[in-house]
Amino acid sequence: MGQSLYEKVFNRHIVREVTPGQYQLAADIHLLNEVSSPQAFEALREQGFRVRHPNRTFGTSDHSIPTGGDPSDFVDPMAATQVEAMGRNMSAFDLTYFDPAQGEHGIIHVVAPERGLTQPGMVIVCGDSHTSTHGAFGAIAFGIGTSQVRDVLATQTLLMEKLKVRRIEITGRLSPGVYAKDLALHVIHVLGAKGGDGFAYEFAGEVVDRLSMEERMTLCNLAIEAGARCGYVNPDQTTYDYLRDREHAPRGAAWDQAVVDWDRIRSDQDATYDDVVVLRGEDIQPMVTWGVSPDQSTPVGSCVPDLASLTDQEREATRDVLDFMGFGSGAPVQGTRIDVAFLGSCTNGRLSDFEAVAAHLRGRGLRVAPHVRALAVPGSRRVRNALIAKGIDQVLIEAGFEFRDAGCSLCCGMNADSLKGQQTCASSSNRNFRGRQGSPTGRTILMSPVMVAAAAIAGEVTDARLFFSHPNAAGGAQ
Amino acid sequence: MSFATDNRIESISGRGITVRGDDIDTDQILPARYLKTITFQGMEAHVFADSRAAARLSQRLHPFDDRRFEGGSILLVNRNFGCGSSREHAPQSLRRIGVRAIIGESFGEIFAGNCVSVGMPCVQANADAIATLQRLNETRPQTSFTLDLTAMTITAANAMFPVALAEGRRQQLIEGTWDPTAVLLAAGDAIEQTLAKLDPATRMSP
Repeated sequence: MGQSLYEKVFNRHIVREVTPGQYQLAADIHLLNEVSSPQAFEALREQGFRVRHPNRTFGTSDHSIPTGGDPSDFVDPMAATQVEAMGRNMSAFDLTYFDPAQGEHGIIHVVAPERGLTQPGMVIVCGDSHTSTHGAFGAIAFGIGTSQVRDVLATQTLLMEKLKVRRIEITGRLSPGVYAKDLALHVIHVLGAKGGDGFAYEFAGEVVDRLSMEERMTLCNLAIEAGARCGYVNPDQTTYDYLRDREHAPRGAAWDQAVVDWDRIRSDQDATYDDVVVLRGEDIQPMVTWGVSPDQSTPVGSCVPDLASLTDQEREATRDVLDFMGFGSGAPVQGTRIDVAFLGSCTNGRLSDFEAVAAHLRGRGLRVAPHVRALAVPGSRRVRNALIAKGIDQVLIEAGFEFRDAGCSLCCGMNADSLKGQQTCASSSNRNFRGRQGSPTGRTILMSPVMVAAAAIAGEVTDARLFFSHPNAAGGAQ
Repeated sequence: MSFATDNRIESISGRGITVRGDDIDTDQILPARYLKTITFQGMEAHVFADSRAAARLSQRLHPFDDRRFEGGSILLVNRNFGCGSSREHAPQSLRRIGVRAIIGESFGEIFAGNCVSVGMPCVQANADAIATLQRLNETRPQTSFTLDLTAMTITAANAMFPVALAEGRRQQLIEGTWDPTAVLLAAGDAIEQTLAKLDPATRMSP
């Protein structure tokens, strides 16, 4: 009987079964950030442990780093202390630090893949839930808590239960103007934000086969928002083409051997799954969220729920959400006035995300609406440098975006980039939770980067497909 | 947070705290702006900070400000509690404010694992059981609840319901090995042997 990639990779990494169903699992690489690691280092020191495999441990500072220009220009002394502690810990334990002071920083889930650290067949852990991103390469990658960060530092292993596997096959093709972000939000909409509880999600099918690596990263990044601890795509030529020649990728004969091995870990044709879901690519529209959970979403042309059509139990909870978001019952999402537009995050802060936006803006004289603050925050310094080399920074700046330094920024509201009061943000990030973007009453509407750009210019949520074909006719705020 | 002597957790008794609602994410349990510290000490001051402030503004009482629940240690919640971010600050803050067990319909996966790491089990009960327990807690807040990890039950007054917890996690708690660093270290060289086999360039067969 065939096995899925998840089973093969999990089994390879088992050191031993500790209690029934609980395995001591080895991690190939351990990624660190400044938020979830300081207490782990503190515990390591208290308990007198060393880092067992410093050469498998990499980190950067991304959550609380300023993106205003100078990464050491902290407004918040607590954030400054945290980043200082990170640098100190990384050097004290002799770990590889992508140091902001050296301009090597970025969001860890952007930095590790672009340096070739993320490879097929690996188990990758990090004290951050969006570690699922690395599954795009056919790795089993998942977020862990700080106690587990301590455990992995001390032992390069952690306790882990085996997940069930759900194969999600997306057939056909995506329509023009529909992106990986829309695909992910569609999957979450159909299966629910807790639908993936207890599962790893295997993304497959013609649509996924055609996705670029950066698009696959967007999709796997959002697996956690579907409730799945990890998501993955089987490695293929697209994976190898991306990975080849990156600085941490194997070279020469080692590369050839690695590819042979990576081909073997793909899910077998006759693999058995705990569940299989088939979705049609053609059914997917540009998606927008209207609520405070990523499954509270709708195609951009549709409306928020009509309270009268809900059961009594659903009605109260939904009314509360609509009140929070400022929507009337059954209201259209399109036309919602926005205050802030955010391009960036570990979901959509890569080169191709900004290229897609620039393709719609370049040479058209489009300007961000006067009442909108628009931020373009590259996912890493390398992304930022590439954008500058391609002149995309100028396209964004001329359109009225602030072109900022790399970091998590407005995705998690831990640096100075945060919403104020009840501001509404059109955001290419991953979570629309209450308070997520730094203001307890701030409102987040998740969408693809191109939809964010259209909303920034229109001043309101709009269907980017129509807006960019007739930018002067669509949108009311210009 | 670990205790020097005996880490075994077989049963936990205490009064309840009901926090109603599905999908209560870790950003609500502990808002991100409190993550900018380098220690978990004092984290309890920020439990549900924004929800509590919002409740005060609208003249309501958040359960963590409701004096009827003061001193409660058994948290009673609904579906998908603790979804979202992997921040261990959320379980740490709950544990440090005095919560010792969480009974709910379902939990965010990473959160539930992190809770084991701080010796605070998240156990599942069905929706009817939760409804009964929450009602009991709200109408008679002095009621004591007992979570028994040997019998796998939650009892309160005359009510008793079965609860579920992954067997491995249950054993960790009752054997006192929920803080697993020592257990992991005991594998010794088997760790390096496993890692050595993982290098794709030297692998012979899958």
